[in-house]
Amino acid sequence: MSITAYDRVKTARDIRRPTAANYIRSMFLDFIELHGDRSYADDRAIMGGIARIGDMPVTVIGIEKGQNTKDRILHSFGAPNPEGYRKALRLMKQAEKFHRPVVCFVDTSGAYCGIGAEERGQGQAIAENLMEMMTLKTPVISLVIGEGGSGGALALSVANKVWMMENAIYSVISPEGCASILWKDADRAAEAADVLKLTAQDSLYNGIIDEVISEENLGTEAFYFALRDKIEMTLRELSAMTMEELLDQRYEHFRKIGRPLV
Amino acid sequence: MGIMKFLRPKNELESGGRSSLPEQQAPSEPDITCPNCHKTILISKLRASYGTCTCGHHFRMSARNRLSFMADEGSFTELFTDVKNTDPLEFPGYKGKLEATQRSSKEAEGVICGTAEINKYKCCLFIMEPAFMMGSMGTVVGEKITRLFEYATEHRLPVVGFTVSGGARMQEGLFSLMQMAKTSGAVKRHSDAGLLYVTVLTDPTTGGVTASFAMEGDIILAEPGATVGFAGARVIEQTTRKSLPKGFQTAEFMLEHGFVDAIVARPSQKKVIAAILRMHKEGK
Repeated sequence: MSITAYDRVKTARDIRRPTAANYIRSMFLDFIELHGDRSYADDRAIMGGIARIGDMPVTVIGIEKGQNTKDRILHSFGAPNPEGYRKALRLMKQAEKFHRPVVCFVDTSGAYCGIGAEERGQGQAIAENLMEMMTLKTPVISLVIGEGGSGGALALSVANKVWMMENAIYSVISPEGCASILWKDADRAAEAADVLKLTAQDSLYNGIIDEVISEENLGTEAFYFALRDKIEMTLRELSAMTMEELLDQRYEHFRKIGRPLV
Repeated sequence: MGIMKFLRPKNELESGGRSSLPEQQAPSEPDITCPNCHKTILISKLRASYGTCTCGHHFRMSARNRLSFMADEGSFTELFTDVKNTDPLEFPGYKGKLEATQRSSKEAEGVICGTAEINKYKCCLFIMEPAFMMGSMGTVVGEKITRLFEYATEHRLPVVGFTVSGGARMQEGLFSLMQMAKTSGAVKRHSDAGLLYVTVLTDPTTGGVTASFAMEGDIILAEPGATVGFAGARVIEQTTRKSLPKGFQTAEFMLEHGFVDAIVARPSQKKVIAAILRMHKEGK
């Protein structure tokens, strides 16, 4: 018993954990990666493209941290730049046009923090995704697979269904950042992790997410098989809704959070 | 933060009709030094110039004081004052901090919302409060802004909003992060209804507010010299170990990089916003 919140933080960040690329390549058929935001660059921290789940064409987008140290540098450790969010939005708009559902895999310590990111409008890029995702006329599922780091994670998580892996975390600030603000001591991150209520179990309890996905057999064929089935079934359910129901359901998912009980 | 006291409304009318707390005692020093030009300015002069120095420096300003010159006299009706703050995570020290902030800022939360007229043009108006935990966005700020956009959509009104924020409010954890999506959804519905939203970014507008409703205006104005950005400058410096370019994350920097439509000094804001409202007037 008693897995602490900080144990989850460490597990969520573990380099051996499956990344978005593993999920995408293990669950979807004929994945074709599509690159670039058509305006500035291709951000390797976000991978996206088209694929099939069973017979159903889908757009898949994932924040990719990279598989090893060298790969991680290439992918900016999964910290997207504005062009990454703009690529994601381009692919989501494309999905809307062709009536494909969207599946997002979220795994980032946060949006890239740098001079270039600010010059190219990191805040604006995230804001635009939040706005546009809310009314995207196609079903959207987002799954936080590792770290759900603040606005940089939310920018791919305005979805009809938001799920988290059992050991994933989702937080407004890193526990280290919180500890240094609160106690001027980043070493008290474990305590901060506790008070931030950043685990999947807390997020479910607080009504922020819809479901916690078991990590039993994580990364095995059986694991991906079961998860793929679940995604496919959920997409079919969402596709059966009218467009108005679908968009109202997504709006209400976020609208209710922090609405006072009167 | 001392200036906030001096820039409080002088009387009830200026505060938009809201019964205000007993007036502050006249400060022992009736002047203040401008942090930009280092000249001494009389407080009375500063009031007359909307809290700006002759050198162009814009002092931070309380929401009520801003309201007093932005809305036509007596036109403001405050909305959603019944939205009360909670402590959803029972975060250490938060309750006490909220109460202390309410006492020092004399505001219940980080934003005031309502309907107003600006040179006779009716609109929904929100103004964030720098003295309230630097306008950080928790559930109350998110809820009030969301309700304002929903109200504006229902009544087919434009929204004018003044932002000042250090970002999402850490003490409310994910509840505050989710306000970014919630407010953005309400802004989008208002926008899809063909309605106008004008934002004015004031010092500082950062973090989760920049990455949501601050940057979602049809027209985005900013005050001269205001800090506007997403990540904190110090964090960027520490992470990248690079020295930041001059004027980094200022309103002028944002204008140069294409993220702000215009920089408008405070004394001209009412006129400019009224002109924008006029050009987007519904019907005739």
